Amino acid sequence: MSDQEYIPKSKAAKWFNDRLPLLTLGAHLTDYPTPKNLNYWWTFGGILTFCLITQIVTGIVLAMHYVAHADLAFGSVEHIMRNVNYGWLIRYIHSNGASMFFLAVYIHIFRSLFYGSYKSPREIIWILGLMIYLLMMAAAFLGYVLPWGQMSFWGATVITNLFSAIPLVGESITTWLWGAYSVDNPTLNRFFSLHYLFPFLILGLVVLHIWALHIPGNNNPVGIDIKKPSKDTVPFHPYITIKDAFALLVFMIIFAGFVFFTPNVLGHSDNYIPANPLVTPAHIVPEWYLLPFYAILRSVPDKLGGVILMFSAIFILFILPWLDTSKVRSAVFRPIYRQFFWILVIDVLMLGYVGAMPAEGVYLVLARVGTIYYFLHFIVVLPVVGLLEKTDPIPMSISEPVMTGGAEPSLARKLNEKV
Amino acid sequence: MKKFNLSINKIIIVLFLSIKPLYSAEMTDPIKVDWSFKGLTGTFDRASLQRGFQVYKEVCSSCHSMQYLSYRNLGESGGPEFSEAEVKAIAASFEVTDGPDSQGEMFTRPGRPSDTFVSPHPNKEAAAAANGGAYPPDMSVLVKARKGGANYIYSVLVGYEDPPPGVTLDQGVYYNKYMIGNKIKMPNNLEDGLIEYADGTVSTVDQMAKDVTTFLAWAAEPELEERHRTGVKVIIYLLLLTTLVYLSMKKIWSRIDTEV
Amino acid sequence: MSKEEKKVNRRDFLFTASYTIGAVGVGAVIWPMIDQMNPDKAQQALATTEVDISQVEPGKSITVLWRGKPIFVKRRTPGEIQEARAVNLDDLPDPQNDEERVKEGKDEWLVMLGVCTHLGCVPLKDKGDYNGWFCPCHGSHYDVSGRVRKGPAPTNMEIPKFEFFR
Repeated sequence: MSDQEYIPKSKAAKWFNDRLPLLTLGAHLTDYPTPKNLNYWWTFGGILTFCLITQIVTGIVLAMHYVAHADLAFGSVEHIMRNVNYGWLIRYIHSNGASMFFLAVYIHIFRSLFYGSYKSPREIIWILGLMIYLLMMAAAFLGYVLPWGQMSFWGATVITNLFSAIPLVGESITTWLWGAYSVDNPTLNRFFSLHYLFPFLILGLVVLHIWALHIPGNNNPVGIDIKKPSKDTVPFHPYITIKDAFALLVFMIIFAGFVFFTPNVLGHSDNYIPANPLVTPAHIVPEWYLLPFYAILRSVPDKLGGVILMFSAIFILFILPWLDTSKVRSAVFRPIYRQFFWILVIDVLMLGYVGAMPAEGVYLVLARVGTIYYFLHFIVVLPVVGLLEKTDPIPMSISEPVMTGGAEPSLARKLNEKV
Repeated sequence: MKKFNLSINKIIIVLFLSIKPLYSAEMTDPIKVDWSFKGLTGTFDRASLQRGFQVYKEVCSSCHSMQYLSYRNLGESGGPEFSEAEVKAIAASFEVTDGPDSQGEMFTRPGRPSDTFVSPHPNKEAAAAANGGAYPPDMSVLVKARKGGANYIYSVLVGYEDPPPGVTLDQGVYYNKYMIGNKIKMPNNLEDGLIEYADGTVSTVDQMAKDVTTFLAWAAEPELEERHRTGVKVIIYLLLLTTLVYLSMKKIWSRIDTEV
Repeated sequence: MSKEEKKVNRRDFLFTASYTIGAVGVGAVIWPMIDQMNPDKAQQALATTEVDISQVEPGKSITVLWRGKPIFVKRRTPGEIQEARAVNLDDLPDPQNDEERVKEGKDEWLVMLGVCTHLGCVPLKDKGDYNGWFCPCHGSHYDVSGRVRKGPAPTNMEIPKFEFFR
C-alpha cells in the first residue's frame, strides 16, 4: 500500500509524524484503494459511523438534563421536551436515531450476507461486526428503559427475566441485575450508567472493525480478490467519500422525515404512561428492531428453550464463515444461494411481523415455521448449497466487464449467455 | 433470476405495507377528524386552543392533573398564545401551595406564570380514592400516550352510548363505543351548552370535544408548530445539498470509466 | 482548451457550493447542541421572587435566594446611612453615591446581590474594616452601602432590579 511511502512535506509535520504517525494514518485513509465497483449497499458503513456519532453526541447532551431516578426520570424527559432549548429536537433525534441505526445495520448485515463479505479473509471483520451488533441491541434496550414509561418498565422486566431461565443461578442473576427484588430505582440507575458506557465500547470495536477491514480491503459486488492499487481501485477520497456523502444525505432526508413529522411512529404510545409496577400494558412488544428475536423466543413453549433458541439465533452468526462451504463469495454468481438469501430476508421480515402480533393461532404457527427456517438456513442450506451449487463463471477482474457492460447484474447476464 | 428477485422485492413491500392494521378487535376504530395540526405544515387553531383550555379548566381539571404544564406555557408561541396579562390573570386565579416559609410552614398564594398547573388531588392515591378507585390519568401527554392520539381522545369524548342489550354495567361504569373493552369509569361530562365560551362560540358537545382535544394535543406536543416549521426548512435544505453533492459526485466519477 | 477550462470552472463552482452549503448545515446543527446548555425556559421563568420584609428590624438584614444566589436585604439605621453618605468618592475603587444604590424615599433599605464581585463567594455580614461585609475567600472589604473598599474585588456588589409593593 502507498501509505508506507508517505513522507510529510514540512519539517515540523515530519517531526510530529515520526513521533505519532497521525499524518500517515490520514494519508492512508485518504488514499486507501477501494474497489471502484462498490454499489450503494456499500455506503452503509459510512452511514453507520454517522449514526454512532449522532447517538453519542445527542446522548451526551441528553444526559446533561436527564435524571436517572425512578421518581424523576419520566418528568425529566418531559422537562427536556418542554423546557430545554431544542430539547425536543435532540431527544427526537436520539430516539429515532436508534431506529435509523438499526435500519442501517440490518442493511449492512444483509449486504454482507448477499455478497459473502463474511468469508475468508474477512472473518474477524464479521465477528467484530456481530459484537458491535450485540452491544447495539444491549445499548438500545438499556436506553429504552430510561424514560421510565410503561414499556420501559415492562420491557426491562421481561428482558431481565430472560436470565431467570438459567437453571440454578437464574433467579440470583436476575436479582443481581435488578439490585432490588423487582425492576426498581437501582435498576434504572445502573442501566443509565451502562447506557452511557456501551456506545464507547461500540466506538472502540468500530475502530477495530475498520482496522481489520483495511488489512484485506473491501469486498466488492463481484466478490473476487483484486490487486491494490490497480485500475480496479479508486482512492477512497474523493471517490468514495463523495458517494458516501450522497448516500448519507439521502439517508438523512428519511431520518429528518421521522424526526420532524412522525417522531413517535416507531415508538409505542404506552411509553408515554409513567411506569406502574402494578399494571402491565395489554400489548407488550419490544421495539421493531428486536421483533424477529422476540418471535423466536415466543415460538418455543419452554422458558429455557425459548431463551436458548433466541440467543442461538444471534450466536449462530458467529460461526457463519465456517458454515458456508462455497468458495464463491458473491451471490451474483450463486444462482441457488441467491434464492435462499431472499427467502431468509422474507423469513426475518415475517418473524419481525409475527413478533409484533399476539403469540397465538396462525401467528404462533408462522413464528415456528420462521424459526425453523432461520436455523435450517444456516445449519443445512448454507453448507449443502455451498457444496452442490453450480456457480456462474466468475470474471478475472472487475474492470474488464465493467468497462463493457456497466452495472453488475448485466455483467452476470452477459457471462451467463456466453456459457 | 432477476425476475425472481424483483417479485420478491414486491412481496417484501406488500408485507411491509400490511403490517400496521391487524390489531385488537374489541373496540371501534376512532373517528378520523381533519385536525388543523395534521400534515407537514399543520398548526394549531389558536381560538380552539383557548376554548379548549376553558373546557379543561371548567370541566376536566376537577379530576385530571396536568402536572408537566406551567401557566407560562399558555402564553408561549405555538400554543393558545394568551397575552401576558391574561396568563398572569389565569395563573393568579389558582391557589398555589408554596413554602416552607421562615417559620417552616407551608402557605398558599396566588399562582404565578412560572407555576405548574395545580393538580386537583395531592397524589395518585387521593385521585383514585376520589374517583371510585380509578385514577384519572394525568393529561400532560395523554394524546401521545394513547394509540390513535387525538382521534381517539375525541372519539371517546363523543362515544358515550346506552349499553347494547345484554351488557350490564357496574355502578360507576359507563358504556363507550370507542374505549378499549367499551367500559369507562369516567362519566360523560359534556352536554350541549355546558360552557359559556368567552368568544361566543356555541358549546355543542362536538365543539367542546374538538376544542379540548386540540388543547390536549398541544399540551402533549407544545413543540409541534416549531417542529413542523423547522422540518420543512431542514428537508428543503437537505434536498438542495443532496442535489449539489449528487452533481459533484457525477463530476468526480466522470474522471474514471466507471458509472457511479 | 476553453471547453476544458469551462469544465473545471463548473466543477469548482459545484464543489465550492457543496462545501459552503454543507458548512452552513453543520453550523446550524451545532447551535442547538450549544444552546441546550443555556438556561432553559423553566429557569428563565423563575426571574422574580417576592419577599416579606415587614419583620426586619433596623440594623438587621435578611438573606433570600433568588436565581440560586443570595440577595441581602438590609434595613439600615440612620447612623449607617449617614456613614455611607459621608464617604469621599475619591477613596472608592468603584466610585458610586449611596443614593444611586437605594430607592429614593426608601433609603434605609439596601437590596443587593450578595455575591462578591471578585470570584463569586458570599461575603460575611458585619465584618471587615468598613462596618459592612467581608469576603472570606480573598479578603475584599465592603462598606454599609455594599461598595468595595479594599481587596481584590473590582466593583461594588450588584444591585438587582427590585420594587416595593403593598
